Amino acid sequence: MTYGEAVSRLKERFGADAIKTTEFRDNRRIHVGTDTVYAVLECLKRDCGFDMLAELSAADYLHYPNATDRYGIWYVLVNCNDGARIVVKTFANDPDPAVPSVYSLWRGADWMEREVYDMYGVVFEGHPDLRRILMPDEFTAYPMRKDYPMRGRGERHNFPIITRAES
Amino acid sequence: MPLVLADALAPPEGVDKDYLWTLNFGPQHPATHTTLRLLLTLDGETIVKAVPDIGYLHSGFEKLGEHLDFNQYVTIVDRMNYISPVANEIAWHHAAEKLFGIEITPRCKYIRTIFAELMRIHDHLLCCGAAALDLGGFTAFLYAFNQREKIYDISEWASGQRFHPSYTRLGGLMKDVDDEWIAKVRAFVREFPKAWADVVRLLNKNRIFIERTKDIGVLSREDAIDLSCTGPIARASGVVRDLRKDEPYLAYKDFDFKVVCATAGDCLARYLVRMDEMLESIKIIHQAIENLPPGPVSVDMDSKVVLTNQMSVYRSIEGLIQHFELIMTNRKWQAPVDEVYGAVESPNGELGFYVVGDGTGVAYRARTRPPSFIHFAIFPYLMVGHQLSDVVAVLGSLNIIAAELDR
Repeated sequence: MTYGEAVSRLKERFGADAIKTTEFRDNRRIHVGTDTVYAVLECLKRDCGFDMLAELSAADYLHYPNATDRYGIWYVLVNCNDGARIVVKTFANDPDPAVPSVYSLWRGADWMEREVYDMYGVVFEGHPDLRRILMPDEFTAYPMRKDYPMRGRGERHNFPIITRAES
Repeated sequence: MPLVLADALAPPEGVDKDYLWTLNFGPQHPATHTTLRLLLTLDGETIVKAVPDIGYLHSGFEKLGEHLDFNQYVTIVDRMNYISPVANEIAWHHAAEKLFGIEITPRCKYIRTIFAELMRIHDHLLCCGAAALDLGGFTAFLYAFNQREKIYDISEWASGQRFHPSYTRLGGLMKDVDDEWIAKVRAFVREFPKAWADVVRLLNKNRIFIERTKDIGVLSREDAIDLSCTGPIARASGVVRDLRKDEPYLAYKDFDFKVVCATAGDCLARYLVRMDEMLESIKIIHQAIENLPPGPVSVDMDSKVVLTNQMSVYRSIEGLIQHFELIMTNRKWQAPVDEVYGAVESPNGELGFYVVGDGTGVAYRARTRPPSFIHFAIFPYLMVGHQLSDVVAVLGSLNIIAAELDR
């Protein structure tokens, strides 16, 4: 199914106001709210043939020009039969940034969602195993946030020193 | 089944087996090649559960990408998949040039294509050689590494660096290639099939190698798509998807080559797909090097995005002004206030960068879509029910590079 058909099907189902589209270079994006993002992705997977989640990540738009929301989460979907791509974008905000997990649609989302949680603190509701993946478990900050300094806040120096026997 | 780290220590639900024991595989183990840890729950030698634990090599590359400009960051992406460094550089600048809307010159496209394919051979040689090495076949590894040396020499001749060439620049290349480089690539194209045949003769009918890899770590087509697999791993499972054909970038639409696929989805199929892809890469390099277009390697200076060459900086006022404009920290590039996802077919699979521009010369966000990270996530699914000795076979066939895995 082409991008145009997918968009018209989504507009039919969710209403023209809920689905906003933008294009830049060859990227075609659909902007939806966090309340409808799961249903939109489910519709794109089940009805429109976008069967692979190629990429899922986020950015912190804290200091971005003219930004109104803080955490932007994007999903790049691919149709493995004709190679079509579509980007779905949604925003979450402080104090409790959360979006529904898409693990039940694609198991491949497992580690990608964990990485976003690890780096930005965005909670994926319904994820079966939302733990830190790259940073140590005892780390308390979210290092990719824009208000986190590049050189860290000295967390490393506060790590407890453990002996081999305790490890 | 959801995987929880703490659960790896406890016996699986519904199974009353108190003799299960836990084995820590890594983080420093010769067969993991790099730094990654596996928590294996074993029933005798059969794996009941495998839980990967990663992050040992996390060094904040993406955070650095938000502080280094579009040319400086190329030295960092080099160090992600250091087995095929130029492939990362091409992917990074492919996405960055897409953000800026730069159309690179035909000669640059061809040289980048040649490098991308050399890097594919580079990566596949290590992967296939090391897969054999882990299973006890040392000779094939040496034959493969001998050819890798030739590619290192080609990188060195073009850029001055063997390991981390940092060869691409926004809108072009560090410098043009010379006739000696072309002769080196031609010699490689001529000699490589012989070395390739040596590796094939050592492994393809080797009973030990086949028995250790056939029907091990089987990934079905549905699982491959569901688990976001790309590249040789997906193609070995029957997913006919190659960005070189599906979304032709660089000069790939000019060349005649085939997409190598298999349907078995096991370690042997992944090995065979990689081996055959190398010959297709040689075909592409041969066509590209014989039809290398003349002309400049970087886009026109008037575009205001490309660093000028040394001579025009020293000898012309326009060159000096542009150099100043791009180098001074309060000037630099002005990226569009928008974002773009650009992906290329790296040796390991789809290597994409999601670049967010905010009007300055530094990316606001430089997200990498690392194929190793995505492919290591499928490891627990592949391992269940196999023997402990199959861990190295599966790890070798997935080609996990921890520097890219953790970034």
